[in-house]
Amino acid sequence: MGELITSFLSGGPIPMFAYLIVSTLMFFIGVYGFLSRKNMLMVLISIELMLNAADINFAVFNRYLYPEQHEGLFFALFAIGIAAAETAVAIAIIINIYRNVKSIYIDENITEMKN
Amino acid sequence: MDTFNYSILILLFPAIFFIIIGLFGKYMKPIVAGTLGTISLSVITILAYITAYQYFFVVGTGADGAYQAINVFHFEWLRFTDTLHIDLGMYLDPISTLMLVVITTVSLMVHIYSLGYMKGEIGFQRYYAFLSLFSFSMLGLVVATNIFQMYIFWELVGVSSFLLISFYYVKPSAVAASKKAFIVTRFADFFFLVGILVLSFYTKTFDFEVLTTVGSPVFASFAGASFLGISVLSWAMMLIFMGGVGKSAMMPFHIWLPDAMEGPTPASALIHAATMVVAGVFLVARLFPIYVFQTPEVLTIIGYVGGITSIFAAVVACTQTDIKRVLAFSTISQIAYMITSLGVSGWGGHEGLGYMASMFHLFTHAFFKALLFLGAGAIIHAVHSNEMDAMGGLKKYMPISRWTFLIACLAIAGIPPFSGFFSKDEILAAAFHHDLFLFACLFIGAGLTAFYMFRLYFRIFHYENDKVYHHTPHEAEPSMTIPLIVLGAFSAFSGFVPFSKLITTDGKPFEAHIDPLVAGLSIGVAVIGIAIAFVMYRKKTSIPDQIVEKIKWLYTGAYHKFYFDELWLFVTRKIIFARISIPIARFDRRFVDGFMNSLAYVTNATSEAIKGFQSGRIQQYAFVYLLGALILIIGFTFSIWQLIC
Amino acid sequence: MIEQVIFYILAFFIVGFSLLAVTERRIIRASVYLLFVLLGTAGLYLILEYHFLAAAQVAVYAGGIMVLFVFSILLTDHPGAEVKYEKPKRMIISAFAALAGIAICGHIIYYNVSRAYQYIAQGEIDMKDLGMTLMGTGKYQYMLPFEAISLLLLACIIGGILIARKK
Repeated sequence: MGELITSFLSGGPIPMFAYLIVSTLMFFIGVYGFLSRKNMLMVLISIELMLNAADINFAVFNRYLYPEQHEGLFFALFAIGIAAAETAVAIAIIINIYRNVKSIYIDENITEMKN
Repeated sequence: MDTFNYSILILLFPAIFFIIIGLFGKYMKPIVAGTLGTISLSVITILAYITAYQYFFVVGTGADGAYQAINVFHFEWLRFTDTLHIDLGMYLDPISTLMLVVITTVSLMVHIYSLGYMKGEIGFQRYYAFLSLFSFSMLGLVVATNIFQMYIFWELVGVSSFLLISFYYVKPSAVAASKKAFIVTRFADFFFLVGILVLSFYTKTFDFEVLTTVGSPVFASFAGASFLGISVLSWAMMLIFMGGVGKSAMMPFHIWLPDAMEGPTPASALIHAATMVVAGVFLVARLFPIYVFQTPEVLTIIGYVGGITSIFAAVVACTQTDIKRVLAFSTISQIAYMITSLGVSGWGGHEGLGYMASMFHLFTHAFFKALLFLGAGAIIHAVHSNEMDAMGGLKKYMPISRWTFLIACLAIAGIPPFSGFFSKDEILAAAFHHDLFLFACLFIGAGLTAFYMFRLYFRIFHYENDKVYHHTPHEAEPSMTIPLIVLGAFSAFSGFVPFSKLITTDGKPFEAHIDPLVAGLSIGVAVIGIAIAFVMYRKKTSIPDQIVEKIKWLYTGAYHKFYFDELWLFVTRKIIFARISIPIARFDRRFVDGFMNSLAYVTNATSEAIKGFQSGRIQQYAFVYLLGALILIIGFTFSIWQLIC
Repeated sequence: MIEQVIFYILAFFIVGFSLLAVTERRIIRASVYLLFVLLGTAGLYLILEYHFLAAAQVAVYAGGIMVLFVFSILLTDHPGAEVKYEKPKRMIISAFAALAGIAICGHIIYYNVSRAYQYIAQGEIDMKDLGMTLMGTGKYQYMLPFEAISLLLLACIIGGILIARKK
C-alpha cells in the first residue's frame, strides 16, 4: 500500500500491479456472485464480471510488458466477441427454460432436467 | 467292410427326417409329416433286414466258426491318447444286428399305427419328429462302436423318451411323469457315466472291440486296485449296470415306467415296452464278456436284481386296474427275466444258454409287448378310458383286436407254439441249471404272468358281456389293425427262429433243445394261471373280492406298488431335500450369494455416499474447481514441491 | 498526477459497483450496476490508450449485451413475485472462497510482480495498423481468429434463434 501512495504522491505513471489488484478484486467478486446467487441471470452477470477482469489483464500485460505488440489487445477483443456470443446463447437458453418451468432459479425446478 | 456300406443309411435316415419334420413340420399337413416319417422308417426297416440277412447268411461265420464283429464305419472324434479316443461309428455283431431288426420292425409298426391313432391330435407333426429322433437315437445306441458313443445315444434316448411322455404337455400329470422319468433315468445314468470313466481310466480305451475280446490284456491294470474291499473293476461294472437298471426300470429305479404311460399309447408301445427299456439288457449283453470273465460276482448281483424285480412286478401287475399300468408292470417283469437270464449265463456253447435266451426273449418280447400295447391303444381309443371297469364284453365289437390280443397273451404266458414259450423256456432252463432260487422266482413269476395277462384279457373282452356303452365301441381303422395283425404274426411265429444258431456268447452256433422237465413245468404253471384267471374273471363273480378280503395286506401293498414311490419320496423329500439340499441352498444364499450381494451393497452404499459430488449443481462444481485451483496455486507458489521432493 | 487520480477514482468505482452488482437482490438494478462496471472498464482501457478496445467494450458490452440483459430480465420477471433471499450458509461459503482467492492472488501480485515495469507512453495505436493486423495473414496477424469468431457469432445467432423460438 505504501508503494502505491508513494507512486501516487510522486506523480509518476500508474504502476502495473494497481491494475492487477483491480482486476483481481473484480474477478473474485465475480466468483462470489457465481457461487452465491441462484438467479441464473445473476450467475450470468457474475460470469461477465470475471471475463471482464480477464480482459483487463490482457490489456494491461500487453501495454506494460510488450508495448510494441498487439497480442493482448486482440485477445481482449476476441474475448469480448466470444463473451457476447456466449451471453446471447445463455440468455436464449434461460428464456427457454423460463418458458418451460416458469422459473429461472437454479436448484428449484431445473434439477428435473437431470432426468 | 464294404458289404455293409449302405447300413450307415439306417442311422442317417431318421436323423435327417427328424430335422426335416422337426423344423418344417408346422408348414406341412399332418398327413404329409406322418407319411414322410413312415416312409423313412420303411426304408430303414428294409435296410435293416437286408443287413441282417447279409450278416447272418451271406457273410456268415468266420474261419473259427463264429460270427465276427464288423466295424462298418468309424471315425475318430475326440482323441485323448493313442488308445483312449471317442469315436463315432457303426459296429455290427449278432446282438446289434438283432436289435436293428427289432427296433426298425416295432418302430415301423408304431409309425403306421400312429397314423390312425394320433389322427387329429394337435402336434401330430411334432409327434412324428420325436418318433424319428427316438428311432435315430435308439439305433445309434445299439450300433455304437464304443461305450462313450453308447452313452451319448443313451442320453438322447432319454431325452426323446422325455419328449414323448410329455407330448400332452398341457396335462399336469404328463408333465410330472416326464420329469419323473427323466430325473430317475438321469440319476441312474450318472452312475453309468462314473462307471464308464472308472473303466476307461484303467483300461485306457472305450472301444467295445478291445473291451469285449476274451482275455483282453487291458484289464491287467486293474490288478490290486480296490475300493472299500471290493475291486475297482467290480465297482465300475456295478456302476455301469446301475445305468442299465435305470433305463430298464429294474428295482429300485422302476418307479418311472408305470408313470411313463402318460404318453401317447403308441409311443409307450415303442419306447416303454419294446425298445428303450431293453437298453439296459443290451448294455449288459454288450459288456457280457467283462461281466462273465472279470467280475462274476457282479453278474450274480445282476441275476438277483432281475429275479426279485420279476416277481415283485408280477405281483403288482395282478392288482392294477389301469390296463396300461398292468402292461407297464408286466414289462418290468419281462425285462427282469432277460436281466436274470444274463445273470445266470456262462460262457461258450451250452453254458451260454442264458445269454442266448435273454436275447431271444428280448426279440420275442418286443413283438408281443408292442402288440399288447397297440391293442390296448385300440381298446382305449374305442372306450375312451384306461380303466378296466369301463371295459368288458368287447369281444363282439372288436374281433381283430381281440384275436391279436389273445395271441399276445398266449405268447407272454408261454403257451406253445407261440413265441414266448420258446424264449421263456430257455430262460427257465438256464436258471434251473444255475440257481434254484432264481428259478423259483422266475417260475412263480411265469404263473403270475399268465394269471394277470389273462385277467386283463378276460376283463377287457369278456367279464360283463352285456355291458352298455354310451358310444358303441367299434373296431379300429385299418392303419391300426394292420400293424396288430403283422405283430400278431410275429408274436405267433418268431419263436421258431433258430436263435442258438445265430446269437451266442462266443458267436459259435450250438444246439439248443427243449428241456422236457422245465418245459412241462412252465406250461403247467401257465395253464394253472390261465385257469385261475378264467374262473375269476370269465364272468362277473364275487370270487376276486373274497380272495382280496383274505389277503388284504398283500393286496393293499401290491396295489400301492409296495410303496416304492412313497419310499423314494421319503428319501428325496425328507432326507435329501431336508437334510442336504436345503442346508446347501441356505449356505449358497447366505454365504455365496451373500458375499456377492455384500459386494453390490458396498458398491451401492459407496456410490450413494459419493453421488453428492455428481449433483449436477454447477455452482458446487465451480466451488470445488476453485478450491482445487487455489490449492494448486498455493502449492506451486510456495514451492511445496520442493518441500515434498 | 491527474492520470493517477482518475485511475483511482475509476478503480473504486469499478470495485464498488462490482460488489453492488453481485449483492443486489433486485436483478434490474444489478444489471445497471454491471453496466457501470463495464463502462468503468472502458475507462481503464482509455487510460491505457487502447481507444479501439474501449470503443468495442462500450459498443459490444454496454450496448449489445446490456440490452440483451435488460430484455431478458423484462421477459423473465413477473411483477409482484417476492424476491428470493439466498441462504446465509451459501453466502458465507462463497465469500470464504472468494476471500481466499483474493488473499492468495493478492499475495502473489504483491510479492511476485516486479515493480520495474513502467508504463511507456506510446500514444494511440493507428487504426490502419489495427485493421491491417486484424485482417492480415502473416505472423502476429489475426485473419484466422477473426474468421473463426465470425463463424462462431453466426452459429450463435442461429443457435439462439433455434433455442429461444416458440415451439
